Amino acid sequence: MKTEAGLHFDHVSIAKAGQVLVELNELIAPGEVLSVMGPSGSGKSTLLSSVIGTLDKAFCLTGQIRLDGRDITGLPPEQRHIGILFQDDLLFPHLSVGANLAFGLRRSHQKGADCVATINTALADVGLEGFADRDPATLSGGQKARVALMRMLLSQPSALLLDEPFSGLDTELRAQMRQLVYERAKAQKVPVLLVTHDIEDAEASGGRIVRIGQN
Amino acid sequence: MRKTLTAMTLALFATGAMAETDPTDWDAVLEAANGQTVYWNAWGGSTTTNEFIAWVGSRVQEDYGVTLEHVKLSDTADAVSRVLAERTAGQDEGGAIDMIWINGENFAAMKRNELLFGPFAEDLPNWQFVDVDGKSVQSDFTVPTEGYESPWAMAQVVFMYDTADLANPLPNMNALLDWSSANPGRFTYPQPPDFLGSTFLKQALYDLVDDPTPLLSSVDDANYTEVTAPLWGFMDALTPTLWREGRAYPQTGATQIQLIADGELDLAISFSPGAASAAIANFELPDTVRTFVLENGTIGNASFVAIPYNASASEGAMVVANFLLSPESQARALDPENLGYGTVLAMDSLSDAERAAFDAIDLGIATLTPAELGTALAEPHPSWMERIEQDWVNRYGVSE
Amino acid sequence: MRQALKYLQINTAPLLRRGRVLYVLPTLTLLAMLGPVLAGLAGTLAPAFGYLPAVGATEFSLAPFQDLFDWRGFWPAVWLSVFVGIVSAVLSLSVVVMIVASLQGSAFFTFVHKMLSPLLAVPHAAAAFGIAFLIAPSGWASRLVSPWLTGWNRPPDLLIVQDPWGLSLIAGLVAKEIPFLLLMMIAAMGQVDFNRSITVARSLGYRREVAWLKVIFPRVYKQIRLPVYVVLAFSLSVVDVAMILGPNTPPTLSVQIVKWMGDPELTLRLRAAAAALVQFVLVLGVIGLWRIGEVMVAKAGLAWVQSGHRGRGFSIFRPFAFGFAVLSALAIFAGIAGLITWSFAGFWSFPEFWPDMFTLRNWMRHGTALADPIRETVLLASVATIVALILTIGCLEAEHRHGLRVSTRGVWLLYLPLLIPQTAFLPGLQTLMLNFGIHSGRVPVIAAHIVFVLPYVFLSLSDPFRAWDRRYGTVASALGASQDRVLWTVRMPMLLAPVLTAAAVGFSVSVGQYLPTLLIGGGRVQSLTTEAVALASGGDRRAIGVYGLAQTVAALVPFAIALLLPRLIWSNRKALRNED
Repeated sequence: MKTEAGLHFDHVSIAKAGQVLVELNELIAPGEVLSVMGPSGSGKSTLLSSVIGTLDKAFCLTGQIRLDGRDITGLPPEQRHIGILFQDDLLFPHLSVGANLAFGLRRSHQKGADCVATINTALADVGLEGFADRDPATLSGGQKARVALMRMLLSQPSALLLDEPFSGLDTELRAQMRQLVYERAKAQKVPVLLVTHDIEDAEASGGRIVRIGQN
Repeated sequence: MRKTLTAMTLALFATGAMAETDPTDWDAVLEAANGQTVYWNAWGGSTTTNEFIAWVGSRVQEDYGVTLEHVKLSDTADAVSRVLAERTAGQDEGGAIDMIWINGENFAAMKRNELLFGPFAEDLPNWQFVDVDGKSVQSDFTVPTEGYESPWAMAQVVFMYDTADLANPLPNMNALLDWSSANPGRFTYPQPPDFLGSTFLKQALYDLVDDPTPLLSSVDDANYTEVTAPLWGFMDALTPTLWREGRAYPQTGATQIQLIADGELDLAISFSPGAASAAIANFELPDTVRTFVLENGTIGNASFVAIPYNASASEGAMVVANFLLSPESQARALDPENLGYGTVLAMDSLSDAERAAFDAIDLGIATLTPAELGTALAEPHPSWMERIEQDWVNRYGVSE
Repeated sequence: MRQALKYLQINTAPLLRRGRVLYVLPTLTLLAMLGPVLAGLAGTLAPAFGYLPAVGATEFSLAPFQDLFDWRGFWPAVWLSVFVGIVSAVLSLSVVVMIVASLQGSAFFTFVHKMLSPLLAVPHAAAAFGIAFLIAPSGWASRLVSPWLTGWNRPPDLLIVQDPWGLSLIAGLVAKEIPFLLLMMIAAMGQVDFNRSITVARSLGYRREVAWLKVIFPRVYKQIRLPVYVVLAFSLSVVDVAMILGPNTPPTLSVQIVKWMGDPELTLRLRAAAAALVQFVLVLGVIGLWRIGEVMVAKAGLAWVQSGHRGRGFSIFRPFAFGFAVLSALAIFAGIAGLITWSFAGFWSFPEFWPDMFTLRNWMRHGTALADPIRETVLLASVATIVALILTIGCLEAEHRHGLRVSTRGVWLLYLPLLIPQTAFLPGLQTLMLNFGIHSGRVPVIAAHIVFVLPYVFLSLSDPFRAWDRRYGTVASALGASQDRVLWTVRMPMLLAPVLTAAAVGFSVSVGQYLPTLLIGGGRVQSLTTEAVALASGGDRRAIGVYGLAQTVAALVPFAIALLLPRLIWSNRKALRNED
């Protein structure tokens, strides 16, 4: 049997106190974007937690979540290799822009000068050359969003989770960021799970759309 | 191996009563004391006393390698109850207290409860200088000391008065009452059972009774009411004329000094003939303050140090007690620049040089000469103090 | 105890399975905090019922209580304690309500808010000394108007400090409790959306004070109920402040207990133990009474809210609030100024407003003697604070990771050491410690300090810790950081300012501890506070000035550090500077 590629929700069902909240049975192929849509309270964030590994003990998950054939259902978050982008940039306020990027860098194959070079290249890549020493609090909203994106990508995740990542941005920025994120995801060939209540975000991804919480 | 066993057996027998070195073997005491830390529990409310104790500490460190720690108490009884608590818990050695500044009731209570180490006092080398005949150093409030405490200072009741407001000394307690009635709010005394406050009651009793003989033996239910009747009559008349009309009292003697300085009081009782001069030197009293004693004399007693039965450093404590009796220490204590406490030594037992050191001390403008102080009256038996305190608390202490 | 563990919902199975230290911390914290209290109460019981072999009392009986009730001062002392406790709590709460209702949002309120930490940090004893010097007949207030206005060339013979009603004691307590309750109130309001509620109520025609009382107060009071009980219990049983400002004919029950504990007549220990139990019951009873009062006020309040009364006549609130806020702050600050002045004073007679001359002599006299107690104080406070911080952070982290959350009722446990009077359990604890052969000294004193430091550290750190955006943790984990790395490299640095503030609070609580240091230390552990209170018995205002000031500085410096350090460390990190 060939190794399965992508993020696979294999008959995943999450229940709380005996009541099923979310069910999903999908395989997201590398480079594909799957959009999950639903109104608030439909279990979107519960689904996200199950993928990241922060699901509260009160919930009961059946089925399996696999990433490139590896069962990650019971793993702690730091061992899953899944990057996440939230609506807010969540840059660590005590670290410089460069240190924020370095935080996620997989150090095993990079060291010292290489590390600095990687960060500078990543910054230049998104039009933020020379920002490495800046205090994140002094950046504009769009700049912060780009740093957050690069921080996630530098950790070389095997899958991406996007939790309403564009809803904090104004219309123009939003379009730019969307394009940037989807492009990168495709380029790095990682599966992407997008959770949103905005149909535009979902449609712009060009991928499949699943609706939950509407039964 | 055998050696260890023997040592252990010896140690086993040695623990208990005589773990400490015998005071008659002074060299052994000195040897054991070297390197010990002595926790001296003494009232810490007076800066001059604290400084004196610190000086003693530096001297015994220098000469005998004894480290002295002054545990500052707000009430000597705290130390007594501490020793009691230790005995309750069966902590019969290694106690927290090595030496206590003590006298009167507290000594009586500790001696009665066998909480004291000793006898040691009369075996101290410097005991030879002590004025055993002339000063009441072998009984404490009529309770025989029997060597369980060692004297280090003489005290006698004096009254401090501000000559700016009270021109002449008062000859007796009735004169005090007349003056206080004419000048209400200018006199008070520390609230009994504070030591000095109780002393005022005893002093008044002494001065008011016709015959003080019963006071020297244990209180007797049959005559208590009769003997103390003049006192309570006096107190009933005096109380409304007191500072704050007797509705509040200073908590300690030292507080009175502040009240004189503030101009609230003109007259206060003190147990230290030199304290007024010392306070003037420290800006704590105006230089118009003087002292007087009553015509029929005032109560005097000695301050002692005692060693608890479970002291951790009894040898060190004996060394300190002995140092306190040295002419050097006694002369320093006498100087009002330092402490202004009376000496317990007999001048004729000293060498010429030592005596000269005493003679050179300027006793200060507010201090009476030994002749002016006269012979001190003996303290009444402590049972009187307990009864009178109790009575006072019931009469004036709990309500307006 | 089992009940207590249940509140924390501790599941012991994973504890045994993984043996992880984090699981044990909540239990350990509870033990550190409540163990000494419960042990002390137990240690008080036996002597209260006549069992104290050391004085030959070996038969259980009610004699100590009989003896206690026979003391003529018993009822006056009980009445005084209750009066002082209730009046101080009512006054402090009313003033705080007035201040918040009428001044919230004003520039003055912001200023008051900034003053709170230093006001809180001033140790009770130092504040009491300061206030005593202000209001005494020979104090600054009287010197200010003498002799030109009053004609007084000598201080008037007025019973102000140590008055039999305890009014000056109440004044001293209220001045210190207002900042405490105000801080608690402000923290509680963070959880209520008060601005919009007030706006809605005002648009319906209510004055802002009335709007606040009707709309906000009921919600906020729920949050500050426990702090109010703490104030009540504290004023009812305080020792050091009562020794300085309270009456002595008779004193409050707590002061009398301490006096009996130290009496050479050893059998009085039995009476003291009985009184300690009475003190305990007294606090419980008064809190119960207060609870009944709450229900009645709530009923009356509901009727008032529904009456639709828009509240004309509440205009006096504002000037009153302003006046009280200024007065209570002034009492403490001017008191400290008094301490400073005395510490440098040469001869200073009445009615001079300033001393004849200023001199360094007092500082030189006491300077060398200060070194040891300062070292001791800093040592005690540092260790107690660090232990409390470790336990607190451990508990909060356990809560964060494993959901070992302290339930709402469990919060009571945090307040327990602050609600049970110190005089009820410290004497018993001392006896118990000795029974188990634990020597007095630094370590037990630190343990006793932790009992009081821990709740304050926990209360002051838990809100910011819980308010921390968990998504930072999620992001960091997703970037490959382990839970521990998240704690040390993300969470703690981000929470530096609140952690330091909590440390400062803990430190100042430890600096102010009088009774635990005195009783558990067996007199051998001499902190600035025990030295200052011992000196107070001597009434030497210069010495009190020096020690009181040293004590205040010791409590204030950590707050300054907590304020400045984040600004220094994060000088280049705008979002983390502690700038409010």
